[in-house]
Amino acid sequence: MPGRIGVAASSVTGLLILWIIAATLTADPQILPQPFALVGPFWAELQSGELLFHLGHTLLRVIWAFGLAMTLGLALGLAMGRSEGLNRWLDPWLVIFLNLPALVLIVLCYLWIGLTETAAIVAVTLNKVPNVTTVIREGARALSPDLDAMAQVYRMPPLARFRHVVLPQLAPFLAAAARSGVAVIWKIVLVVEFLGRSNGIGFQIHLYFQLFDVGMVLVYAFSFIAVMLAVEWLILQPWERRSRRWRSA
Amino acid sequence: MIKVDITGKSYGTTQVLGRIAFQVAAGETVAILGPSGVGKSTLLRIIAGIDKRFDGRVDSPGTMAIVFQEPTLLPWRSALRNITLTHPGLPDADAQAMLDKVGIGDKADLFPGQLSLGQQRRLALARAFAGQPDLLIMDEPFVSLDPATAETMLSLTENLIAEHRPATLFVTHAQAEAERLASRILMLEGSPATLR
Repeated sequence: MPGRIGVAASSVTGLLILWIIAATLTADPQILPQPFALVGPFWAELQSGELLFHLGHTLLRVIWAFGLAMTLGLALGLAMGRSEGLNRWLDPWLVIFLNLPALVLIVLCYLWIGLTETAAIVAVTLNKVPNVTTVIREGARALSPDLDAMAQVYRMPPLARFRHVVLPQLAPFLAAAARSGVAVIWKIVLVVEFLGRSNGIGFQIHLYFQLFDVGMVLVYAFSFIAVMLAVEWLILQPWERRSRRWRSA
Repeated sequence: MIKVDITGKSYGTTQVLGRIAFQVAAGETVAILGPSGVGKSTLLRIIAGIDKRFDGRVDSPGTMAIVFQEPTLLPWRSALRNITLTHPGLPDADAQAMLDKVGIGDKADLFPGQLSLGQQRRLALARAFAGQPDLLIMDEPFVSLDPATAETMLSLTENLIAEHRPATLFVTHAQAEAERLASRILMLEGSPATLR
């Protein structure tokens, strides 16, 4: 474990050094400021509460869209993986939605629903559901028919069956969907905010883009990257380790 | 008591089972003997209610338990949970007592992957008897075990059946096993398979 953290730390330091060199060569803080030149503006934003306010709004949207996309994707993926008939009907839809550009969905949602919070979250959710569905469908196809038969003969109640027989088998697929999901969702949330919200990281980036303030764009971007890294390390990875405990035991 | 009256079972155009009718009284142990591939497992899956695509009818009692060829445990739950989860409402103490009875009482907190194959099969037996089933179905439960382990399992099963007295239906291709456990032996033969 210390070895892994050491490598990760050196790797990040390497990136930082690369940035410093690039900034020195550019020699124009308007285009690429030095990393330490961002500390002041970051602190000021944090002190004024601006940063946390927008971070909070973005995070809330990410949580909503993530929760909805995972729930819908799990239900759809399970249904499609278990029923070949349903799969044949819904698969073309899935392919269409998988290939629909995120931007198109976002614009359409804003046009149809209006520039509202609902439209924003619906747009992000719809963008992610097809991916989750595809991954979970693979998992549902790999479900053990033997365990299914066992649960059926012993008449396990549906909820217990789902929780103790189906979900653990889907765990690796859920983890894969969740991790790629979080990464994609927060990027789409930013686009949604950029296009039609009056708060959130995406809105702030839009603002500083118009002011051509590269420094502030980086401050907001890195703040949110830090939050998502914390989510990955503090929530997703421990959860995955816990659900895999039986394998290594 | 269970009543089986199957008139036929086909996979596609191939008929595997012909007319098969028999009854098993409460507390009776019936063995179904026959060469491999004859359709013994198919018959068991129909009686257990796993396979519903057949002609005829099967009347089976309330609670059923099954022991497969493979242990078929939940590898992500502890030995004790494997028993309590399949029998909701069963107190932990009863499940533990069952584990003690099959000789793996000290393994309650281990995952199935940490048990030997023999212990996993004991756990599968414990799970089957823990629910006090009216009908116990066993599909070649002693196959692919070394002779010593098979013997231990056989006598363990014998004792458990004697104690709990469920109606028992089990499939095997070993004559000796059938004679030892069963009070009645049915021979499954032919294609499509029928009782002889």
